[in-house]
Amino acid sequence: MTTLYTSDHEWLSIDGDVATIGITDYAQAQLGDVVFVELPKVGRALKKAEAAAVVESVKAASDVYAPVTGEVVEVNQAIADEPALVNTDAAGKAWFFKVKMSDRGELGGLMDEAAYKAHTA
Amino acid sequence: MSAPGAVSSLLKRTPLYALHVSLGGKMVPFAGYEMPVQYAAGVLKEHLHTRSAAGLFDVSHMGQIALVPKSGRVADAALALERLVPQDILGIAPGRQRYAQFTNDAGGILDDLMVANFGEHLVLVVNAACKNADEALLRAGLSDVCEVQPLTDRALLALQGPKAAYVLAKLCADVESMRFMDAGPRVVDGLDCYVSRSGYTGEDGFEISVPADQAEKLADALLSDKDALPIGLGARDSLRLEAGLCLYGHDIDTETTPVEAALEWSVQKVRRMGGARAGGFPGAENILGQFENGAARRRVGLRAEGRAPVREGAALFAAPGSSEPIGKVTSGGFGPTLNAPVAMGYVPTSLSAVDAQLFADVRGQRLPLRVAAMPFVPNTYKR
Repeated sequence: MTTLYTSDHEWLSIDGDVATIGITDYAQAQLGDVVFVELPKVGRALKKAEAAAVVESVKAASDVYAPVTGEVVEVNQAIADEPALVNTDAAGKAWFFKVKMSDRGELGGLMDEAAYKAHTA
Repeated sequence: MSAPGAVSSLLKRTPLYALHVSLGGKMVPFAGYEMPVQYAAGVLKEHLHTRSAAGLFDVSHMGQIALVPKSGRVADAALALERLVPQDILGIAPGRQRYAQFTNDAGGILDDLMVANFGEHLVLVVNAACKNADEALLRAGLSDVCEVQPLTDRALLALQGPKAAYVLAKLCADVESMRFMDAGPRVVDGLDCYVSRSGYTGEDGFEISVPADQAEKLADALLSDKDALPIGLGARDSLRLEAGLCLYGHDIDTETTPVEAALEWSVQKVRRMGGARAGGFPGAENILGQFENGAARRRVGLRAEGRAPVREGAALFAAPGSSEPIGKVTSGGFGPTLNAPVAMGYVPTSLSAVDAQLFADVRGQRLPLRVAAMPFVPNTYKR
C-alpha cells in the first residue's frame, strides 16, 4: 500500500482502487482538541476538492476535502463516537472515510511522504 | 484541511509577548495585537485547568483609562461618566467596581467596560478593539470635568479559577479578604498593582494591573506556582461563553441595546424611569422605553440537542421547514466543562422562554436547539 499526501494536510492510503483518507498528524496538531466529526454518507458521490467531512475543535470547524473523485464506500464511525481519537492516532485508527476512486490519474498530483515532510517543514 | 492564517508584522505586542513565545504560545492576530490563542496544553486542557485550579491570562491588550476629576472630587467624575453610560456610577463605593456600557443615541452599545472607584479617581477597563474610540468619546464628553488619562504603561493579567485566591495570596495577603467586584491599589510581590476580584470566566479570580516593565516578573512569579497554567484566548472564549458573558462585537454591538442583550440587571433603578437620575445618557429614550414596553428581540442561551457545535453566524428558525430566519447565533462553540455544544444568539422575545424549541442551519441541515438559562456553568464568585 502506498500513502500519499495533499497540500491540505490529508493522507490517502491506496489499496487497489480504494483510497482510505484521513488528516495528518500535522493537521491534528494545528487543529487542537477535536470535539466533533461529521462524516459523509456511505454511497455519496464525491468530486475531487469537494467538502466531504467536517472536523471541529473547541475553537473552529474545518472542512476535510475529497482528495479524489469517487464513491464513499465506508466511514469510520469510531471517530464520530470518540472525536479525540483524531488527536491521538490521526495517521492510523482515526481514518475518516474510504473512497472507491473513479480516476486513479488524480493521484498523480499528490505528494509522497518525503515531499509532504518538506511541505510542512 | 483549511489552513490557519499567518500573523502580520504590523501587529502590536503586549509586554508579555516574549514570555508567551517562550511558553510555546501559538500567536495569532487579535484586536490589533499578536496574542496567544493557546499554549502547548491546548484549549481543552487550558479550559478545564482554569475550572479546576487556576489560569493566568494576558489581557494587556485591553485599555486601562483613569478619569481624574479636575475638582478633586470623585463624585464629579462619576456624575460626568453617567452622561455616557446607563449605569449608576455615583453609587459605586470607593474600592468597588461595576460593569457598564457606553451607548449611542439609538441605545446601541459602543463598548462594554468595567468602572472602578479608586477613591480619588475612576479607573476604566475597556475592550482592545474599542479603546481608541472610547478614549475619544471620553475626551469629547467629559473633558470639562475630568482629565482622561490612558494608562498605557500598565499591563493587565487575569488569574482565574478556584485556586486563584490561594495562588495570589502568596504574593499579596490582602486579596483573601476581597469580595467579588472589590477593586483598588494593592502591593503584589512588591509591585504597585491595581487588583480587582473579577474576571471573564465565571470563576472566582482577579484582574491585576501591573507596571508594564514589571509584568513579566509578576507573570513568572504567578506561573511558578504549580496550580497556575498560562491560558490563551481560545479557552478565554470558551470559558466566557459557558459563563454566559457577552463578547463585544459579537453578542453586543451598536445594533443591540442593553435590554435586547438581556443586560437589564446592569442598569440600576436610579437611572431608569422614576429613578432620581433617570435618563441623561445616549439612547435613553429607546432604552428606557424598552424597560417599560419590552424589546422585540432578546439575547438567549442555546443548547444543541446533538453533538455538533452551532457557531457564530448560524441562522435560527422557528421550524425545521421554515425558510425565514427568526434570528442568528452570535457566539457558539463547544463547552469543555459541559462536554457539549453551547451558543447564544438573538431571537424574537416571543420565542425567548427557556426550553423554547428552535432550529439552527448548520451546513444546510436544520439542527434542533433549545433556549437555555445562562450561565450554562454556574459561576463561583465570592460575593
